[in-house]
Parts: sequence; C-alpha cells; structure tokens
Amino acid sequence: MSAVYRMPSLGADMEAGTLIEWVKQPGERFAKGDVIAVVETQKGAIEVEVFHDGVMGRPLVETGQRVPVGTPMAEVELVDVQRAAAAAPGGEPPAERRAPTRTAAVRTLPGATSPPEPAGARSITVPRRLRASPAARRQAQQLGLALADLAGSGPDGAIVLRDVVSAGGRAAPVRPPAERPAPRRGPNLDAMRGAIAAAMSRSKREIPHYYLSHTIDLTRATDWVAGHNAVRPPERRILLGVLLIKAVAVTLRNYPQLNGFDREGRFEPATGIHVGSATAIRGGGLVAPAIHDADRLELDVLMDRLRDLVARVRAGTLRSSELADPTVTVSSLGERGVDRLYGVIYPPQVAIVGFGTPSPRPWVVDGQVVPRTLVTATLAADHRHSDGHRGALFLAQVGQRLQEPDTL
Amino acid sequence: MSAETRETSYREAVREAIRDALRRDPRVFLMGEDVGRYGGCYAVTKGLYDEFGPERIRDTPLSESGFTGAGIGAAMGGMRPIVEIMTVNFSLLALDQIVNNAATIRHMSGGQLNVPVVIRMACGAGRQLAAQHSHSLEAWYAHIPGIKVVAPATLEDARGMLWTALEDPDPVVIFEHVMLYNRTAQLASDAGPVSIEGAAVRRAGGDLTLITYGGSLYKTLEAAEALAGEGIAAEVIDLRSLRPLDDATIMASVARTHRALIVDEGWRSGSLAAEISARIMEQAFWELDAPVGRVCSAEVPIPYPKHLEDAALPQVEGIVAAAKAVTGR
Amino acid sequence: MTDTKLHLNREHALHLLREMLRIRRFEERCAELYTEEKIRGFLHLYIGEEAIAVGVMQCLTPEDAVVATYREHGHALARGMPMTRMMAEMYGRQEGCSRGRGGSMHLFDAASRFYGGNAIVGGSLPLAVGLALADKMRGRQQVTACFFGEGAAAEGEFHESLNLAALWQLPVLFVCENNLYAMGTALERSESETHIFRKAQSYKVEAEAVNGMDVLAIEVAARRGVAAIRAGGGPRFLECQTYRFRAHSMFDAQLYRDKAEVEAWREKGPVLRFGHWLEETGMLDPAGRARIEAEIEAELATAVAFAEQGTWEPVEDLTRDVYTERLA
Repeated sequence: MSAVYRMPSLGADMEAGTLIEWVKQPGERFAKGDVIAVVETQKGAIEVEVFHDGVMGRPLVETGQRVPVGTPMAEVELVDVQRAAAAAPGGEPPAERRAPTRTAAVRTLPGATSPPEPAGARSITVPRRLRASPAARRQAQQLGLALADLAGSGPDGAIVLRDVVSAGGRAAPVRPPAERPAPRRGPNLDAMRGAIAAAMSRSKREIPHYYLSHTIDLTRATDWVAGHNAVRPPERRILLGVLLIKAVAVTLRNYPQLNGFDREGRFEPATGIHVGSATAIRGGGLVAPAIHDADRLELDVLMDRLRDLVARVRAGTLRSSELADPTVTVSSLGERGVDRLYGVIYPPQVAIVGFGTPSPRPWVVDGQVVPRTLVTATLAADHRHSDGHRGALFLAQVGQRLQEPDTL
Repeated sequence: MSAETRETSYREAVREAIRDALRRDPRVFLMGEDVGRYGGCYAVTKGLYDEFGPERIRDTPLSESGFTGAGIGAAMGGMRPIVEIMTVNFSLLALDQIVNNAATIRHMSGGQLNVPVVIRMACGAGRQLAAQHSHSLEAWYAHIPGIKVVAPATLEDARGMLWTALEDPDPVVIFEHVMLYNRTAQLASDAGPVSIEGAAVRRAGGDLTLITYGGSLYKTLEAAEALAGEGIAAEVIDLRSLRPLDDATIMASVARTHRALIVDEGWRSGSLAAEISARIMEQAFWELDAPVGRVCSAEVPIPYPKHLEDAALPQVEGIVAAAKAVTGR
Repeated sequence: MTDTKLHLNREHALHLLREMLRIRRFEERCAELYTEEKIRGFLHLYIGEEAIAVGVMQCLTPEDAVVATYREHGHALARGMPMTRMMAEMYGRQEGCSRGRGGSMHLFDAASRFYGGNAIVGGSLPLAVGLALADKMRGRQQVTACFFGEGAAAEGEFHESLNLAALWQLPVLFVCENNLYAMGTALERSESETHIFRKAQSYKVEAEAVNGMDVLAIEVAARRGVAAIRAGGGPRFLECQTYRFRAHSMFDAQLYRDKAEVEAWREKGPVLRFGHWLEETGMLDPAGRARIEAEIEAELATAVAFAEQGTWEPVEDLTRDVYTERLA
C-alpha cells in the first residue's frame, strides 16, 4: 500500500530535522530496520530507520531542507499490509498534540520593541500613594470613611487599623474612585511608526549628512563563506552579511570619528564598537538592536548573535539596552534586490553603512573583463564630526578587508 | 487526664517513644550510626540495644544513602523502620533516597506502593559544633511533596509524635533540635501518641502573632513574656508540622492580631519563614495592619565561637525588638 | 524452592526463545511508536540484553522481589507483567501499570513484587537491600533480584549496598548488566577496575562473570546463586557481559562507538544465537518460529490496541496519591 515516510521524532526536545542524505533511492527495496535516511539534529547526524518492509518512492523533501517532525519526507510503498494498516503511516500526523506548543510560541509583537519614549513624555507627576495598611483600608471601606481624611499614627504616618477605628464615629461619604486611564493593548505599531518618524525627522533636520559610495568585489568573500559552510551542519553555517558587519566593525577601530555619538554638537567617541543591525519587523517598523563588541566576536558567535537578535525582534523580546546601545548602524537590503541604499543616520549616532544586493557583474581584473560578485557599499556620515576624506578611506578599507575574509 | 507527672527530659521522652514503638509492633526497628552499642550520638537510644538486641537496634556503617534506602526498601517490604540520621547535615548524603525514592514512589507507582518509613534527625545550632553540624535545613525537606515533616518542640510531642508517624502510611521526617534534648519538664506518666498534624497555640495574645517551631519555640515564648511586661500581648504558634503547614491556625490568629512575626532558625532566603509570610500575604492580606516580620539566622555558615554562634542565631532580644517594630512601638 | 539444576527440554528452550522475542518485538514496536510521538519522554531499549532478564527470571518464585532500572521493559515482561498494561503505561494512559504516571522508566507492579523502574543510577540498590532486610527479619525465604548496569558501580550507593548486604547476609541477587557503556562513557574510561564482579568480591560477596548473551549460561548461574541465597548464604553477584545494540535512548547519535563494534556484537546476539542453536538441534523449524512470531505479533497488536483505547487520568486527580490521604 502507498504511504508516506514522515520526519521521525527522536526525542521530546526534537522539533525539526534537516535531511542530510537519502540512503534509499527511489525504487530501492528496504527492509524493516534499514536506515532510510540521515537526518541532522541538534545532537548531530542520526541515521533514521524504517519499521516496515517496502520500496522507496518519490522523495518529498530535498537534501538540506529542514522540516518539522511529522512532515511527509517521501512516498513509500509498504508490503506488510496488515501492519501498515494498523500503524496507518499515511494518516494525519498527530498534529493536535503539537499544535498547542507551536501556537504558544507565536507571539504578537508587544510594545517592548518600540523605541524608548523620548524623555519628558512622562513628565506627569504621580502623587505618592497614601500609606495605609490593608486592614485599615478594609475597615475604612466598611465604615465608609475616606482614608485621605484620616490622620495616620503608624510608621511614616501610615494609617493603621486603630486610626480608622478611632475615627469610626465620624463617618464621611466615600469619594468615587478616580477614573483610570484605558490600558494599552497589543502591539503598538503606531507608536513605533511615530518614534521612527520623530528620529528620522530630527536626523534630517539636524544632521548634515554626506554620502559616499564604493563598489567592492565580494567574490573571495562569497567563496570563502561557501567553503566555510560546506563542512558545517546547517545550524553552524554563516551568512555573508556577518562578514560585512565584521568588516565594518573591525575597520571602525581605525576610524573612531565614525563610531560614537553627537552630544549637543560635540562628538563623544564610543568606548566599544556596538553595531546596530537594522532589522525589519513584521507588520511594519524597523529596529536596529546592538551586537555588542562586534569587532571582537568570532564569526560563528557573531552569526549566533545575529540569529538570536532577529528571532527576538520577531518575538518582541529585545532588551532595552540592545536598542539604546548601538554606536553605529549597518543596514543591508541584501535580499531586496536593490543596488545601493543611502541611509539616514539614527541620532545620536554619527554614521550608517549600507550594503546593496551582491550580484554577478562584469569587472576588470588584471586588464581582463571577468564576471565577479560585486556589492555597492555606502556611507552616510555626520559632516560635523568627520569629512569625506576620512569616510572614503574608511569605505576603501572595508573593501580591502573583505578581500581577506579568512582574517575576519 | 493523668493524675501523675514526672520530671522528664526531651531525650528521655524520645527514648520512651522508641521503646514504646518497639514494644507495640514487632515490625518496628531502629537503625542508624551508633544507635546501638554506643547508645546514640546524643544518647537518645542509650540502653535500647541491651533491651531489644542487635536485630532491632541495628548499628549501621557510615552509609547514609545505603541505610536510608534500606529503610525505604524495608518499609516497602512490610517493616516499620525508624531510620536515625545523626544530623541534618549528614542527611544530605541520603537526599537521593529521601527525595527521589521515599517521596516519589507512591505517586509514581500510581498509588500501588507505600513507604511507611520514619526518618529522625537532629538539627540546629547552639552547641558550638560549627558549620557542618549545626544547620537548620528543615525547609528543604518541607519543600518536597510526598513526605511529611514534623518538628516536635515539647516533651508531649517528642513522646507522642513517633508512634503516630510510624502508623502513617507515608514517609515522615522528624526533626529534633539539639538544644532540646536536655530540656526537662513534667510529663504525664501515661503520655502517649499525639497527632502529627496541625499547629498549636502555645500562648494566647491579641496584639501580634509569633510563629515558630522546634528549637526556637522557647526563645519565642521567652520573648512573649518580655513583651507582656511592656504591655504587648503576643500569641505564640508552634507549627509542629512543617509539611503540611496548618494555614488555618495561622490565618485565624493573624485575623485576630493583624500582625505577624516569624521566628525561624533557618536562613532567611528561601526559608520556611518566607513561605509562611507568602501564605499570610495570599490568605490574610486584608487582615494585616503591618508588614509581616521575620527573625532568621544570619546568612553565614554557623561559626564555632560562642559569641559568633549566638550572633548568628535568633535570640530573645532580637525577637522582642522585631516584635516591637511590627507593632509600631 | 528453586531447583539448582537447569532442566533443558524442548518446551523450556522454546519458552526462553519466546520470552526473549516478546521483549525484542515489544521494544521494536516501542521505538516505532516513539517516532510517531505515541510514546514520549525517554525510551531506553534493552535490545541485545534480553537473555539476562529472561535467564534470571526463570529462577524466581512469585514471592520473590525484583528491582530494576530505567531500562526495564524486558524485566517487567519476563516477570510476567501483562503487555497490555505495560504498553498503556508507555502511552501514559491511566490503564497503565503505574496509572500512566511513570512511563517507560517507571514500570511498577505490586502484585508481582516488581519495585520499578528506578531512574537514578545506583539508587535502587539500597531499596533492594531493604526489601531483603525485611524478608530476612520476618523469616521469609524470599530473594530480591536487583538489576543494574555497570555504570552503577561508579556510584557510592553501589558500594554501600554491597557492603550492607554482605554485612547483614541479606538475600539479594545482584545482577550487573555490563553493556560496556554508561550512556556514552566506555567502561575503561570510567573504571580503574573493569571487572565489576571483583568489586563485589572485595565485599566478600560470592561473585562471578557470565556470558550475558547466552540465556542458558545465565539461567544456570542464576539458579546456582538463588539456591545459595535461599540456603541462607547471603548475597550473590552476577556480572553479565552484554551489549546494547541500540542507542542509549532514542535521541543519541552514537558518536562514542564504532559501527563495526556494534555489528560484531550483533553477531553474538542472544536471540540470533539461541535461535540458530534451536534450529541446529532440531527443536525448532521455520514453521514453529513463524508460529511463535505470529503469536507475539497478536499479543503486541492487542497491547497497542489496549493502549490506544486507554484513557487519560483526569487532571483533577493530579495530586492524588502524593499522600495516602489527600491533604485537606
């Protein structure tokens, strides 16, 4: 009978696996206990077995593809009809048991990802709460007394039970409770859009931007990444973007005037190089949380940090320090297919580096026109604190660093 | 009601309880380190070896996990073992057996198997035994579902809780504070089994509730006496059972006094005092006229010299001062 | 009274094979059900080691006690626990032998004196000592069989228990299932003395090493040991040298051992070898083998259906049996 082979669950903490290899090919027979495929998990590669005799059919999952437990991986033809019917491998996966945990992980964007409100927005003074013990409060409510009318004899003038009891005879009407502000609900995208608008307006209003653009040959870098990834399991592989961030971060060590803050017109160099990585939020909005000390992180670690940040941007669990700490911003529209982007500096930072989409282009090497993978890097910087000469040297050096990817 | 009483020590009361149990039930036996020929580290079992013999007063090697586990196994095999562990500090070597076996087996086996074992151990400071023989880790045991934990503070409880614990189908841990062994008082000659559940109000008062157990009971009663001299009427609750806690008695008292102070020889962080305080907050918040107070041991390993040991432990003066703070006087 | 001698007739030989096959097929099905998420948690398979549980259980009476580890499906089956209630337990259903609360690692059965499924390595040895102490104090001629892996020899409780059992001359049969790996740690990487039975000898416990892949050798040795114990000779110790064919638990990439090593041991497999021997001696023909397999398949199908139809314990009963009487 026809059936499908599904991604097996090999442990309670396994949610998905990556197909590394089909051991059985279409048309090939297999026996109960045979290894049908090799699957990469967080515990390493595991040979997965079949529990029935049969014949391998059409694969439904490609090598390298990561799929959740229970996903059909291949069509199979089973010979042990009686057993196969009992086990019903072609039936619905037990989704009802996994569904609750999966959906629980999907969270809407809470207000936490919105940028901190500007100082002064919360300038309303909150009156100190009247000090009264729980027992005194209850007694006052029962007697219809307003706590504010009572004198406290407890510690720090707190109203305690005996104060209410002694005031008991002189009953006064209770004031109606003050109206409470409506609680804020759900993701506040409007607030985020407002915050972005405020920051960008201020940037364009106050910061004299200058712009530079430089084409960089990324062929070596992309080759290096491919070689690096070839010998690693999928979860240890890195993206080209990590190399770009690292190259910018390392180069900034020599260009401190691009890494820091404008403090009311004066430049304050930053003590570390914390690269804000611009990340889009589903449903609109943008944040650039910091990868701290990006110039000192190994590429693998940098990749982990980036992955973690993106996941937490999506989950809405960024820490406030990550939003406040960037000393420079890197924005990459790598997947969006544009050649170059000119950034708007995020105040009080003084520079933003942009990368367009790397793509194969004709390029002259040693007098010959050859196809190379090129990217256009841009720099937008604050002219009050640096000038085009320094900026140009900086961009050129980023390009040189990317010619030696193994030193990053 | 008994007509006759006689001067008895806490130590003698525990010994009499063991003797009584051994006579009542042939399934009862005692095992532990130096409980037999030596007569017990704190001389609790002196004389029992000669009276009952080496089978029933069973000296063990220094294998806390081994003989505690054997007690659990023997209880499952139909016996009623009393396992004595010299001090709560040594019981850490048997935590695996107590926490992973005694406490779990009934629930984990779907109710098929019971573990009617009784584990006695000494606890507490005051004898200048320093940092590996003086601790109060009762709260750790009180944290564990599946075991019952009691702390007899009075002679009646020392005499009466053991048999009730042995009759209980579930594991019971009994804590005997080392400073109590020498205490003497009048005990009825026909004193017998008492309940192992519920707290007891040891002194009545309307101004605040002092909650304590075990070795701290007498310090707390002394403090209550001193407070009475200053016009503050303190009620004193002896918890007796640390798991389960008698919430009803505590909350009823707090509802009368509106103030509570907990005296606990354990360290403050993560203590029984913390648990009781949280329960008062949950169950009697609107009764409170002041924040719940705590007097606990200083967060240090108990030191050897007398003056430092005293400074580390709850003392009468400290309890009085804390009680005054809670009452706002 | 246990018979000291092994009487090997065809009926008994086929019984041994059938018992080993029941374990093998039960666990193979469990592995499959695990991948389908019917069984969850940890699942430790006994495949390769079946001869030990089956051989030893032949020597015990219903009054004897058994204490086992988290790799205990084989012991429970060989002890006579119904496959239906075991499978329901694997599913976590309240019809399971522990009301579904224990799962694979905590099979219990008071009726057959099966004291679990203990998942702390070494933690069950003191329990066995205590069960035997109770038997001895009450004058019962019963034996407690205590199964554990060689990894337990590194735990203090192993040494405390052997000493206590020897000191008090308690009726315990210690059965060490030495499968060479404590999870992923090879024996020679964790023990200075790799002959576990010699450790027992140092406590003056009569101890011997047996081929753990030979069900007959195990039964012979266990019979000898149990008879000596019943005669009042104190504890006995068997080190059964065996091998786990499958991973430690399901989620194990087996980075710590060579495939060639596993294959070499598979050739010595207890079911394989004993099956061949039965065929060579003419006690079993292919039709007979097929009949046995079919009967086991039917038993298994019943067990799976029983588990599938089982029910969940109501959440209101969550705290039931923490104590014998519920707290107020």
